[in-house]
Amino acid sequence: MITLPPALTTWFAAKGWTLHPHQLDMLARSRNPSTLLIAPTGGGKTLAGFLPTLAELGQNPPPGLHTLYVSPLKALTADIRRNLRSPIEGADLDIRVEDRTGDTSYTQRRRQRVDPPHILLTTPESLALLLSYEDAPRIFNGLQRVIVDEIHALAESKRGDQLTLQIARLAGLAPGLRRIGLSATVENPPALARFLGAETAILAADPGPDPDISMLETEAPPPWSGGGGRYAIPAILNEINCHRITLVFHNTRAQAELFFHDLWLQNSESLPIGIHHGSLSREQRDRVEQAMVAGALRAVVCTGSLDLGIDWGDVDLVIQVGAPKNVKRLVQRIGRANHRYNAPSKALLVPANRFEVVECQAALDAVRAHRLDGDPRGPGPLDVLCQHILATACAGPFDADALHDEILTAGPYSTVTKEAFLSCLDFVATGGYALKAYDRWQRLKQTHGKWHLRDPRAAAVIRQNLGTIIDIDTLKVRLRNQFGGTPLGEVEEDFAATLTPGDTFLIGGQVVRYEGLRELTVEVSRAPGRDPKVAVFNGTKFATSTLLTDRILQIFQQESWPDLPAHTARWLSLQREVSRLPDPHSLLLESFPHDGREHLVIYGFAGRNAQQTLGLLITKQMEFQGLAPLGFTATDYATLIWGLDPVTDPAPLFDLQTLRNGLDNWLSGNAVMKRTFRATAIISGLIERSHQGRRKSGRQATFSSDILYDTLRRFDPDHLLLRITRDEALRGLIDFSRIEALLARIGPRIDLHRLPRVTPLAAPLFFEPGRIPVHGEGRDRLASGAAKALMEAAGLA
Amino acid sequence: MHHLLLHHGETLHLLASGGLYWPARRVLVVADLHLGKSERLARRGGALLPPYETRATLAKLDTDLDATRAAQVICLGDSFDDDAAAHGLDEEDALWLARLIAGRDWIWITGNHDPGPVSIGGSHRAELALCPFTFRHIAIPGESAEISGHYHPKARLAGQTRPCFLADAARLILPAYGTYTGGLWCDHPDLSRLMAPGALAILTGSRALAIPMPR
Repeated sequence: MITLPPALTTWFAAKGWTLHPHQLDMLARSRNPSTLLIAPTGGGKTLAGFLPTLAELGQNPPPGLHTLYVSPLKALTADIRRNLRSPIEGADLDIRVEDRTGDTSYTQRRRQRVDPPHILLTTPESLALLLSYEDAPRIFNGLQRVIVDEIHALAESKRGDQLTLQIARLAGLAPGLRRIGLSATVENPPALARFLGAETAILAADPGPDPDISMLETEAPPPWSGGGGRYAIPAILNEINCHRITLVFHNTRAQAELFFHDLWLQNSESLPIGIHHGSLSREQRDRVEQAMVAGALRAVVCTGSLDLGIDWGDVDLVIQVGAPKNVKRLVQRIGRANHRYNAPSKALLVPANRFEVVECQAALDAVRAHRLDGDPRGPGPLDVLCQHILATACAGPFDADALHDEILTAGPYSTVTKEAFLSCLDFVATGGYALKAYDRWQRLKQTHGKWHLRDPRAAAVIRQNLGTIIDIDTLKVRLRNQFGGTPLGEVEEDFAATLTPGDTFLIGGQVVRYEGLRELTVEVSRAPGRDPKVAVFNGTKFATSTLLTDRILQIFQQESWPDLPAHTARWLSLQREVSRLPDPHSLLLESFPHDGREHLVIYGFAGRNAQQTLGLLITKQMEFQGLAPLGFTATDYATLIWGLDPVTDPAPLFDLQTLRNGLDNWLSGNAVMKRTFRATAIISGLIERSHQGRRKSGRQATFSSDILYDTLRRFDPDHLLLRITRDEALRGLIDFSRIEALLARIGPRIDLHRLPRVTPLAAPLFFEPGRIPVHGEGRDRLASGAAKALMEAAGLA
Repeated sequence: MHHLLLHHGETLHLLASGGLYWPARRVLVVADLHLGKSERLARRGGALLPPYETRATLAKLDTDLDATRAAQVICLGDSFDDDAAAHGLDEEDALWLARLIAGRDWIWITGNHDPGPVSIGGSHRAELALCPFTFRHIAIPGESAEISGHYHPKARLAGQTRPCFLADAARLILPAYGTYTGGLWCDHPDLSRLMAPGALAILTGSRALAIPMPR
């Protein structure tokens, strides 16, 4: 076994630290080609990952890059740099550690390429950039080890897929490269091991004691509907007061904002509480993070933006507001509390409404039963591969066969056929169109058997577009009439477009008044005490897992509900009285008029994505039947459709064969596919990210990716990007397999209830954001009506 | 379904496609075709967009010509994304365009994207006067009875975004007819300044719909 430098052992001893068994195990396995360490938060996971490197580098290492550390968060790299500094400086080791992210200065980045540190800390995006330079072989040829932190989180997205391709590239540049993956608890460790590489061994640390988790009891019952858990603020403030530091997690940014605003109004003791989410400006988030590290805050209201990252040892309570959607994520979130090893994490669930009481109960049962959920992600997406090919070409000429062999060593791409690879290469080189239009203007050309950029100057633009994170178009929000205008955060462009001067909305916990749009900035003024118009910027939405929805349907079948709070039990009884409760063996539909529109509720319990697909498919059928649907919204348990005419004969709408036959046709024109296409087009390099930045100058120069999608569908329906979009949508957003499972489960048992008004179970659906319009007869009728009304109002009719 | 507009004593059909038909003169007017846009972007080393926008635009034009039986066509400038794009047209697309031009009086007004003459049929003008109207690429403040393009106006109605015509007593601005064309919101200061109070926006789409111009 390799040993630590004596000075380091002495320093550990002086600090009174003893290494955990899994940390010693990592040292023992330092020669292994690939190791996946699964350990709970607070288990010294990151140190375990670095110990072999510290041991190998020793007291006076030779210059050159030895270890590359990749994390999903920029903030984490800075944090790790600080954490590594104490042992390295304490033991007086001559080891250089630097980070390299989008925030690193140009001079620093240039210097790092000429003279790399021993340990470089970075993100997948910055690594992509580094690998795209011509001098990548020189930088990386001595690399010994790559450490992937929070690999469980990376493995769930295209960022992880891209990272595996980059590691394959690194292994090509640095033969003998060893890999370490660091992960929280996951449901399928072997799958994650394969993701990291073919020869990965799994090392599972002691998972520690079970968490102390329960539902928060409040005096006021949760509301009938809605989200945000504001009713629970007094009880939550009380809990914050009883603990050192509390993290209050919300599922969406908008809910976090609303909650934070109301929390302050009721915070009579003026407890220092901050807010942290992805729509806030970098400066605002930094301020909160620094205050947190300094121990100046008692609580932070946050979203998934704090799921990972900085080790805040003093967090002793995690509160999850809103149903957790996914048991694994909940368990990982709970792990944020109490980073001390071998102490149970403490967590409270706060259902936001009565439906979520049931969902929280189902989640509690699952956590106690040690049941984790998760769906396999399938093979690596090809748009990421296209980008990888383009980035590889930026670094220098490549041989197609050699590149194919190399990508086969990346876990998610180990089954990519030569044919699929070549179609990606053709797309990158020529556009891959049936009409060969770009013979003269190919992006990549082949000379002496090797592929290279036709115009080397194109590399600069390609580098700007690297990465797989797709931003929604947002506008910055600033205070008007201030020196420079204080940045408050960002709102989605679509939301900004709905604002008229005088409207108020919430951002950064304060109510602001919309003053106007200047260039690409939303200008606001403070408007304390006003009732805000809700800011509808979306956080990430996850579908509730099959595990949870199954458990919920089982809870519904109980005669009575002694485990549930009385108010929720009464609510379920009321639903059973006026309509009925959904069960696993049939499909409950409710139909009722409301607010001048006809409504249909489909209680499929198939998860948000499948319920959304069901909405798309069913509204299309309704359009055929002339029922003039106008739009729909989907949650994890139901789809709500509104339109001009009621549904009376539902059975034909749910015929599986009809749904399946029409799937391709129907889905191709819809908004979900267009959204998926846009992301795919950006990642694969068809549209440039920087186009968004050019919106200012080239006002007519940009057009929506929807036009490209429609054009391709019409003239080149078999194009690679359309195939990628279809695959992706079917796998993720469309989730048709869950619809098939649903229809198989219910057979012919479709149960339509016609009711005079909204039912208790349907009410929450009316508060769902993310309403999807149906463009058809109904909307044409409405548009004509609206135009007529406007003309009449203007005296022009 | 088109929208009927009485403009300086003439009846004009504002087509749902974004074209303008003047039945008295049997003239079809279209603006900002931007043919060859994808080729131009590729030539400049940018992305390789689907190279089908020219045929998509020509197909629309073909349909409108067929429906209106127009004898004269006026293209209000920016017909090609640049001069080179006019020469770089795919052979099939070039033949199609030649077929549309054949037997018609076809006028290319100069735009800011395609200033020079092109080697394709038809005649070229900086602007054109056809009593009572003046046809030009960019509207000139203070002018009257003017029909122009350039701005690619678009507007929202009932949650939908559509390219639109803008009309007031003095002028008419056409939406961009080309497939790969973005738009400028009607409430943009340039358009608000140009159009008189009481101007109409006529939205294109499945049918032409008139609303007061959003400001």
